Amino acid sequence: MRHTLAVLVENNPGVLARVAGLFSRRGYNIDSLSVGRTERPDVSRMTIVVEGDQSVLEQVTKQLHKLVDVIKISDITPEEYVDRELVMLKVNADPARRGEIMQIADVFRARIVDLGRKTVTIECTGDEGKINAFEESLRHYGIKELVRTGKIAMLRGHKATSLEEKRDED
Amino acid sequence: MELTAAQGLIRCLELEGVDVLFGYPGGANLPVYDALHESKIIKHILVRHEQGAVHAADAYARVTGKVGVAIATSGPGATNLVTGIANAYMDSVPMVLITGQVSTSQVGTDAFQEVDITGITMPITKHNYLVKDAKKLPSIIKKAFHIAASGRPGPVLIDLPKDVASEIIKFDYPKEVSLRGYKPIYTGHKAKIKEAAELMMKAKRPVIYAGGGVLSSHATAELRELAEILTAPVTNTFMGLSSFPGNHPLFLGMLGLHGTRYANMAVTNCDLLISLGARFGDRVTGKIESFAPNATIIHVDIDPAEIGKNVRVDVPIVGDVKSVIHDMLSHLKKKDRSDWLEEVQNWKKQYPLIYSREGKLKPQAVIQKLSEYSKGDVIVATDVGQHQMWVAQYFSFMNPGSLISSGGLGTMGFGLPAAIGAQLGLPDKRVILVTGDGSLQMTIQELATAVDQKLPLKIFVLNNSTLGMVRQLQEFYTDKRYMAVHFDFVPDFAMIAKAYSIEGYTITSEEELDKLLPEIMENDKAVVVNCIVDSNVNVSPMVLAGKGIIEAIDC
Ligand SMILES: Cc1ncc(C[n+]2csc(CCOP(=O)(O)OP(=O)(O)O)c2C)c(N)n1
Repeated sequence: MRHTLAVLVENNPGVLARVAGLFSRRGYNIDSLSVGRTERPDVSRMTIVVEGDQSVLEQVTKQLHKLVDVIKISDITPEEYVDRELVMLKVNADPARRGEIMQIADVFRARIVDLGRKTVTIECTGDEGKINAFEESLRHYGIKELVRTGKIAMLRGHKATSLEEKRDED
Repeated sequence: MELTAAQGLIRCLELEGVDVLFGYPGGANLPVYDALHESKIIKHILVRHEQGAVHAADAYARVTGKVGVAIATSGPGATNLVTGIANAYMDSVPMVLITGQVSTSQVGTDAFQEVDITGITMPITKHNYLVKDAKKLPSIIKKAFHIAASGRPGPVLIDLPKDVASEIIKFDYPKEVSLRGYKPIYTGHKAKIKEAAELMMKAKRPVIYAGGGVLSSHATAELRELAEILTAPVTNTFMGLSSFPGNHPLFLGMLGLHGTRYANMAVTNCDLLISLGARFGDRVTGKIESFAPNATIIHVDIDPAEIGKNVRVDVPIVGDVKSVIHDMLSHLKKKDRSDWLEEVQNWKKQYPLIYSREGKLKPQAVIQKLSEYSKGDVIVATDVGQHQMWVAQYFSFMNPGSLISSGGLGTMGFGLPAAIGAQLGLPDKRVILVTGDGSLQMTIQELATAVDQKLPLKIFVLNNSTLGMVRQLQEFYTDKRYMAVHFDFVPDFAMIAKAYSIEGYTITSEEELDKLLPEIMENDKAVVVNCIVDSNVNVSPMVLAGKGIIEAIDC
């Protein structure tokens, strides 16, 4: 099973290496990891998607907690949450097929962000399923280049995984 | 007060109560050594190799309960610490390591003697710091000591670039630390403790399995009280040895791969296993499916990540062992379990540890004699190999913390520097080192440190001209195709001792040892006793790979 973890960490140099190193040396499988700043300058947030059963998840969580720079971990998998990923693709598109491709982009509410002589570059955001479907529908045109950000996620409604709520959740 | 950061560092160490420091100088830590020059409080022990410094600091920490401190220069100085840091990490020893680093402008340029020591030690430290801003140094040191000593103890490394060390700072040592990502839990969950206590009262065949956590939380008195009130036999992990008196009727000795048969039988047949500060390591459990197969398991540990890592646990209790046992005791009443005890006593009688005394001097006999002569009232440092296991089996430990050995990493070469650290930590105690001819040669240069410091170490080399433990492995796992386990040349350790101006003796029989012990054990001179022992002896019993601990063979 796949779990989505929201992990708040100190915005210190080396924190990404600490987390990534932990996953690789203990043999945990990361599906995706994305990291960036939060509403607080001293705190970064990682969204980690990890594959494994309940006991693996428990170990991952406990081992992450042992890192001094890790402040808070929430497994949001069972909660209601919104998740998004951004993909950019560069697709082969000779002038004759551009129309088709733009139509597909429309269906997925994707945007053309650049045009080359023989290619178009498209960005699309959405949950993982949508991104996968989008990628699939463009595959036969020939995808020259593709980059995905990895998933980021946030709880729905008033619930938050920010620091202030630490007391209630722990 | 204005100081250089290096002077500030030394001030911080003094304020942390550091009185002994082990180290080795170099270019990148010149400012630190210069500052150390001015300290009237800190005694610096100059070793002969940085590995010696880190192991000595490790043992110093184990015997004193303080944080051990070692310093080294950048590059090769820092990498020479690595084995010792990993050793302390595996055995949960509180330490602070301070390495010099090239100047900040050179960091990342492959400068002379630059290595990324924070990167290298990430997986073997509890935490580490590269100091980029001199102003932050005092608070980093405060945090480092706090992290090293609290929760599950462990090593913390501080990498200090040369230019940062020379900067002028306004010195202000913080009184408190606050780390929002680090909050060890000391008090066990009340309901879980009650649940555990109820299980303890109900159990018919309980066994206490006590590890190194009992020693690091100073819970040996509580352990004894618990065992006696429950009438529950106690077995130790290797790291737990000395946490329970060796001559206590409830004591089963060490369990696991070279454990006593009766300990392994008791664990296999118990209906309740009470694990205190132990981690169900692979040297203990053997084949995990047949480890305590019929038992309900209570697991008390300060590190939540140890609970449920290797075995399923019925009652997990995160907390400090001392505090948890203390809370447990209030729910318990004296319980007699004569049937269970009788069964266990019968196993003890039926399957004692045995060895043949025929022919050449037997290594086990040397250990037994040391145990009897000293009545267990010494600190025993060991190296790694067969001799270490014989100490575990045949030395009867009477005082908490009296075994200093490398458990988790199994580091050959730990012994001599560890004996040095232990003796410096406990100057009034008799410290003996039991080592092998292989292990001793890994850090033998530290004899000079011992002489420098006038340490009256009593060093016993169980000399079998062999890497005995590996020879034993090859006997069983590679069909006696012995490869690279026999030394064609072994130096004369008694002569080596003399070269270091230490007394040296060579013995080949029990009688010689009997005669020698009263002569050498009561004076304050260092001595090396080169014990020429039978090289064909195996550590027995032995659980072969993939087998359950109940399936041990005699060998
Ligand atoms: C640094 C290191 N290298 C290799 C080993 C593997 N090893 C474990 S025991 C052993 C033999 C130890 O020989 P010795 O010190 O003579 O002790 P003995 O087993 O003969 O008592 C070896 C090579 C180790 N534990 N540590």
